[in-house]
Amino acid sequence: MGKLGVVAATGVAMLTLAGWMRPPLPAAQGGATISGKVKFTGAKPAMPKIDMSEEPKCKAKYTAAPPTDEAVVVNANGTLDNVFVYVKSGLPASYKAPAPAGPVTLDQDGCRYHPHVFGILVGQALAIKNSDGILHNIKAKGTKNRPFNISQPTTMTSERTFTAPEVMVPLECNVHGWMHAWLGVLPHPFFSVSGSDGSFTIKGLPPGTYTVEAWHEKYGAQTATVTVAGSETKTADFSFAAK
Amino acid sequence: MTTVAATSHPAPAHHDDRSFLRKYVFSTDHKIIGIQFLFVSLFFLLVGGLLAMQMRWQLGFPGKPMPGGGVLPETMAPGGVILPEYYIQLLTMHGTFMVFFAIMPLLVGVYANFLIPLKIGTHDMAFPRINMWSFWSFFAAGLVMLSSLFVPDGAARAGWTMYAPLSARHDLSGASFGQELWSVSIILVGLSSILGSLNYITTVINNRAPGMTWFRLPLSVWSLFITAILGLLALPVLSGAAIMLLFDQIIGTHFFDPAAGGQALLWQHLFWFFGHPEVYILILPAMGMVSDIIANGSRKPIFGYHSMVFAIVAIAFLGWIVWGHHMFVSGMNPTLGSSFMVSTLVIAVPSAVKTFNWMGTMWRGNIKFTVPMLNAIAFVAMFVIGGLSGIFMAATPVDMQIHDTYFIVAHLHYVLFGGSLFALFAAIPYWYPKMFGRMMSERWGKVHFWLTFVFYNCTFFPMHITGMGGEMRRLYDPNQYTFLQPYQPIRVFISISAFLLFATQIIFFVNFWWSLKRGKPSGLNPWQDNGLEWTLPSPAPHGNWERVPTVYRGPYEFSSPQVPEDYLPQTRKLPSDREPAAASAARH
Amino acid sequence: MRWWLPLKASTFTGPIDGLFLAILIITGIAFVLVEVGLLWFVVKYRQRPGRKAFYTHGSTRAEVIWTVIPAVTMVALGLISNHYWVEIKGRNSIPPNAYPIGIHAKQFEWQVTYPGPDGKLGTSDDFTVRNQLHVPVGRPIVVALSSEDVIHSFYVPQFRVRQDAVPGMDIKAWFQATVPGTYELGCSQLCGLGHYRMRAQVFVQTQEDYDAWMKQAAQEASS
Repeated sequence: MGKLGVVAATGVAMLTLAGWMRPPLPAAQGGATISGKVKFTGAKPAMPKIDMSEEPKCKAKYTAAPPTDEAVVVNANGTLDNVFVYVKSGLPASYKAPAPAGPVTLDQDGCRYHPHVFGILVGQALAIKNSDGILHNIKAKGTKNRPFNISQPTTMTSERTFTAPEVMVPLECNVHGWMHAWLGVLPHPFFSVSGSDGSFTIKGLPPGTYTVEAWHEKYGAQTATVTVAGSETKTADFSFAAK
Repeated sequence: MTTVAATSHPAPAHHDDRSFLRKYVFSTDHKIIGIQFLFVSLFFLLVGGLLAMQMRWQLGFPGKPMPGGGVLPETMAPGGVILPEYYIQLLTMHGTFMVFFAIMPLLVGVYANFLIPLKIGTHDMAFPRINMWSFWSFFAAGLVMLSSLFVPDGAARAGWTMYAPLSARHDLSGASFGQELWSVSIILVGLSSILGSLNYITTVINNRAPGMTWFRLPLSVWSLFITAILGLLALPVLSGAAIMLLFDQIIGTHFFDPAAGGQALLWQHLFWFFGHPEVYILILPAMGMVSDIIANGSRKPIFGYHSMVFAIVAIAFLGWIVWGHHMFVSGMNPTLGSSFMVSTLVIAVPSAVKTFNWMGTMWRGNIKFTVPMLNAIAFVAMFVIGGLSGIFMAATPVDMQIHDTYFIVAHLHYVLFGGSLFALFAAIPYWYPKMFGRMMSERWGKVHFWLTFVFYNCTFFPMHITGMGGEMRRLYDPNQYTFLQPYQPIRVFISISAFLLFATQIIFFVNFWWSLKRGKPSGLNPWQDNGLEWTLPSPAPHGNWERVPTVYRGPYEFSSPQVPEDYLPQTRKLPSDREPAAASAARH
Repeated sequence: MRWWLPLKASTFTGPIDGLFLAILIITGIAFVLVEVGLLWFVVKYRQRPGRKAFYTHGSTRAEVIWTVIPAVTMVALGLISNHYWVEIKGRNSIPPNAYPIGIHAKQFEWQVTYPGPDGKLGTSDDFTVRNQLHVPVGRPIVVALSSEDVIHSFYVPQFRVRQDAVPGMDIKAWFQATVPGTYELGCSQLCGLGHYRMRAQVFVQTQEDYDAWMKQAAQEASS
């Protein structure tokens, strides 16, 4: 193992200690960065419109354009939105995730989930918020995590946590059959979701060689291998093609 | 009349040197087992009532925080506001507790155990140890069911009828462990009932006192005997179905899951093949005990004793061939609907016979308005409503409209509350002296009766109206439907009546507990009845009789011209009476 | 607030409401007879000192009367009910010219499949709409009911029609709407925590309105 191992172990120990002493600051301090874009090639598929006339409260929130299905969202710059990019493997076995800083919020607003695709740490609280004030149920159909099916008849927030890494846990509302969200549960904070410009950034990685996976709900997953050291930034681009 | 103070025991039939544990806990004495059933099932009655109150809160005041609801966890009622998943647990557990753990054990567990040996003149049940096991498996079932309210994901939530595949697949119901505990508990309850029934049947057939011929049996014993036969044949079907359901839930069989080749309607056929006889298990003992009490209260022989017996047998028999009337709109072949409709309508005939015979018993009687009699009269008056409303849903085309609406809820509560529970409010004070040697307070009994009678009708009668209007059962918030919104004032009225009805029951419970220690000592025969049990001291001693009594006549010889008093006990030998056949006497 | 059955909007309301009224009259008579009788007996034969009750064990004649009358009434009621039952639900009751609509029930929505312009289910121009049932007035409609997961029940109170949708079974139910308007379709079989919200709008339209809607909806679905 030698010197490098000692350094790494010390580093990890320091990080852990730092994490323990200053819980709000995760390991994202320093470290390497992987960033990139998720491109989309081929014809942009037409997403069906969602008829929300049965829920006037939700329908009223879409004054400009009628809501459409969110399974494939292609951005104006030809990139793909809602792609979950995360470190699949490569972290040292001794790696210990920092304590999560507060809950992740999933908002049900306008009979849609915000965000549509997102990640969470094992043990981190998921605050499920109902901003619509009408009945939503949230069914989590995980296989490694205990599935749950809860309801929110009115404006309220419920918290749930996940106990095991799982990519992805599908979330759905059975009252509004079009409502779907995807949740990646990971033991580490090295994940990101491509945004409205198709880019993603994973920060604070310890040095090493990583398998990075990009997951899309319709087009499946792709992987890339990236080696980083120090505090450098490496680029990993992905490209999904229309099917 | 001879009055013997409760405290001055005559020498008990057998010297009683059992330890406390053997005497009161693992007792094999049929009377103690009856009393154990009484305490435990009264507790479950209270639990069932509490669950109902929470449902009524949500229906009357949807989305408002329930007073005291803050103690409930976030998975049931965050901030006291009942969640839909908790509401469907409430309705499931209310039905389950009331049917399996309150009404059924109160009628059968308590009174079949307590009354059969006393009324037929024998020392104990045919199989006392099996009897003890019957109680303890019931007790275990109750604990399992109660505990299911506290497990992760909460209790079972597919309605007390547990329709599959909602009940069979956890991914569809959202419940998991609670659903499995329900199945386990029902298997245990089935075991308890099977053991009990076996015992009651054997005892009635074999252990009758000399001279106690079949047609000298009180109607209470007849009804409990027929009920036991129903139980012995029906409960194994339920237990079998519950085992299959449990297998679906935990070991991955698919009996009831069509997604993997099962049959959803199979569960309904099995459940109702048990479930309809079960309905009569819940009402026949009530009818029998009310018959005894009405004859006593009217001081008149029961009108048409033989047709009363045949009516019980007819109801029980017909009860086996009507289960499909729960399934008219289930997708079952409509032609079967026709035959189930006719058999169901025919049940009205023996029921009518019984009702008119009760009225015939009161006709030209000398009616004493004791608390048991008041409740027994209310039983007849309310059972009639429940019986008649049943004709609506028996007629298949009308059932299309009112099936699964509050009309059904009203109907079943008129039978189970108006019928069974009023019969219990009659039976409990009536046989209380023989259990505990004291009387329950008559005055508070009357207060309880009148308040219950009024609030009960205010609670359940309006449900007919909303049901006719199309209000579906088991809705967390009916206001989601615009055509049901105008009925909200009725729902508020029902809820307030239900709260008052529940509060009124406190009077009953306080009266019950208070009288255990402070009630007026009752003496041997406070109601001047003819039954064998009233020749024993109160409370009846272990082993009942030193020597079993000899019976000379039927149990309803009130106002007989043969004697100056208006009652003539079954054991009193008049000069004209002959000794019963020696062969019968030799058996004892 | 109505104190009677819901508004009448299908051809089933005639026989079902008529039967309901007939049963109400029969049971009403029985109800009054019993309750008034009970009250009368309770008052008239209340205990008075020094009186003894009339000693009798019954009367065969009276018992025959009150056995036979209910028996005849019930059998008659059964025969009449069965006549309508066969007309409404019988396997052969569905009119041959009935217009087909497919309804697939799912926790907690109704997926309504329309036959498209060709008027036939199972062809390529079929399209599915969530929670909206449009039907032409005055025309028999046959609903092919199926279920995705658990048992649901198709219930439109104003049509007096109810049929469970059972997973693994294909069940047909029919009705004929008579009054144009908007109604609600509800699930009347407990199907889970969203049961109370499992509802759909029912639009009964004139044939012209329906055709116009169908044209537009089919176009939207194919685009």
